[in-house]
Amino acid sequence: MARLWFSTVVLGTSLVASAAFAEQTGDVEKGKKIFSKCKACHQVGKSAKDRVGPHLNGVFGRAAAAHDGFAYSKSMKRAGADGLIWTAETLDAYIENPRALVSKTRMSFKGLKKPQDRADLLAYLRDFSDNPSDVPEAEPTAKGTDHDLDPAILALQGDPEYGEYLSSECMTCHQVDGSGDGIPSITQWPIEDFVVAMHAYKQKLRPHPVMQMMAGRLNDEEIAALAAYFKDLE
Amino acid sequence: MTLNRRLFLGTGAAAVTALSAPTVLADGHTKPRVIVVGGGAGGATAARYIAKDSKGAVDVTLIEPSRTYFTCFFSNLYLGGIKEIDDLGHNYGTLAAKYGINVVHDWAIGVDRGAKTVSLAGGASLPYDKLILSPGIDFVEGAVEGWSLASQNAMPHAYKGGSQTELLKAQIAAMPQGGTFAMVAPPNPFRCPPGPYERISMVAHSLKAMNPTAKIIVADPKPKFSKMALFQEGWADNYDGMIDWIGPDFGGGNVSVDPAAMTITIDGEVTKVDACNVIPAMKAGRIAELAGVTDGNWAPVNAADMSTKADADVYVLGDASQQGDMPKSGFSANSQAKVCANAVRGALTGSKVFPAKFSNTCWSLIDTNDGVKVGATYEATSEKIAKVDGFISSTGEADDVRKATYEESEGWYTGITADMFG
Repeated sequence: MARLWFSTVVLGTSLVASAAFAEQTGDVEKGKKIFSKCKACHQVGKSAKDRVGPHLNGVFGRAAAAHDGFAYSKSMKRAGADGLIWTAETLDAYIENPRALVSKTRMSFKGLKKPQDRADLLAYLRDFSDNPSDVPEAEPTAKGTDHDLDPAILALQGDPEYGEYLSSECMTCHQVDGSGDGIPSITQWPIEDFVVAMHAYKQKLRPHPVMQMMAGRLNDEEIAALAAYFKDLE
Repeated sequence: MTLNRRLFLGTGAAAVTALSAPTVLADGHTKPRVIVVGGGAGGATAARYIAKDSKGAVDVTLIEPSRTYFTCFFSNLYLGGIKEIDDLGHNYGTLAAKYGINVVHDWAIGVDRGAKTVSLAGGASLPYDKLILSPGIDFVEGAVEGWSLASQNAMPHAYKGGSQTELLKAQIAAMPQGGTFAMVAPPNPFRCPPGPYERISMVAHSLKAMNPTAKIIVADPKPKFSKMALFQEGWADNYDGMIDWIGPDFGGGNVSVDPAAMTITIDGEVTKVDACNVIPAMKAGRIAELAGVTDGNWAPVNAADMSTKADADVYVLGDASQQGDMPKSGFSANSQAKVCANAVRGALTGSKVFPAKFSNTCWSLIDTNDGVKVGATYEATSEKIAKVDGFISSTGEADDVRKATYEESEGWYTGITADMFG
């Protein structure tokens, strides 16, 4: 039953997703308040990191269980493999009753029964899906993009061998196996996101003092080297 | 030893040896040999990185007397009741099994730099091509009048992790209601500059709950200490009236103790104490002195690779080194170890050597979820490791910032111990 249900929804949403958002009636401010119910397990925004649940930046448009580095339940992985894509419709169904959609999900949340609450919450979460999924950090930061990088910097090809040496400095705090606990995971990030984030620290757009200091003395090649190394670190 | 090691590598770490079959060198031994003395933040890290990055091309032996290593960093959180002692204990199993490091639980008692051998208390003599000493600290004899290592049970230093820390915690718990805890703080330079003051915070945190009328006295020979404004703010906010910090202006540098009578005398005034933490002046761990690479209390090193000024094949990491601007901390030792490992591997195998970069951050906990930090980056100059840039937490920070800082420190603990022990 569930699989049948996915197939139709998935097919349908790819055509109507943008229209659905145009008609979105959720209230972002109210949604932010409702998100407090989710906060024990999920984070969203620039400071977001995976906790009990995965962070929810960029969740819209992503396949289920597709967020790298998070250990999803088998049930959620199966749903992703079966083609579940997170859209307004599928998320709406999920947060109404998680176990009804993904039977053995680890998300132990009884669900939001009121359609308006769900619309508000999704309107709030939707705001965090336009941005690149940021390398999270320990302090909350203002929302906004740090995407004003010279394309020449983004185009630099990093030397992974140099990156490996430089990375030893990162490994005093960040864990090589990609687990995040108080200090976020930095492995397997897309190169562009990694480079953008490091330059945002370097330019002190991102506020974390340790990261500002560490990034502050890395030159463009060194940042590219780190991005190249960490991207493929498993 | 060699037979044992070969046998071990041949079975337990087949994957490591498979990557590079031993080749007989002109002088008879199969592979370049590195001996690392001391399995803490400097030594364990250096051993792990050399073994990991050389992929079996270098024989690495780690000499460390303790089978379970208790970190000195975070030991104050144990005193404060926030961590358990088992949270701080680590062993060397992964370094041996996964990285093929020959872990020898013994004391290094001598270095023959001419013959390039290290002698062990157990009687063995091990040859090396490169020797890395990371022995941490020992105490300067006679630094605090009335105190010697023989009195460390009555008045613990608790400045090496493990039994001393447990002893001090037990003595704090046994204090009578309204009793007095005293600390003799060390002169510069010493291991973990904010350590004594985080300890005072954590002892106060613990006493506030179980012995709220207790008093804390700190005799300090230094007019200023690390994160002073942050600690003093925190003490006033959380432990008002409990802590009496006596700086040198009020005789804090003029101290003697009587461990038999359990008294401390500060500037001529005798006080009966119920627990007394004496942290004497420090020097490099003894093996550095025995190796003849110290000058005064510490071992001067070259900033580019942590090699000693005395011998290009002997390196000193961490607290024992005299390197310039970096504080003596586990983070610093770990940072220096990686620079050193890169240089040593390069010298022995011809691998690429990259320029030295160093960094340090020290987190301290003032009260539950009230974390602060200070940190800096450093570079190698021809004279020393020189500071480049730094930061420090501000006074008056919001609670959520302090909580995030504490959570970050927990993440760091997980990170650095994984970086040390694999």
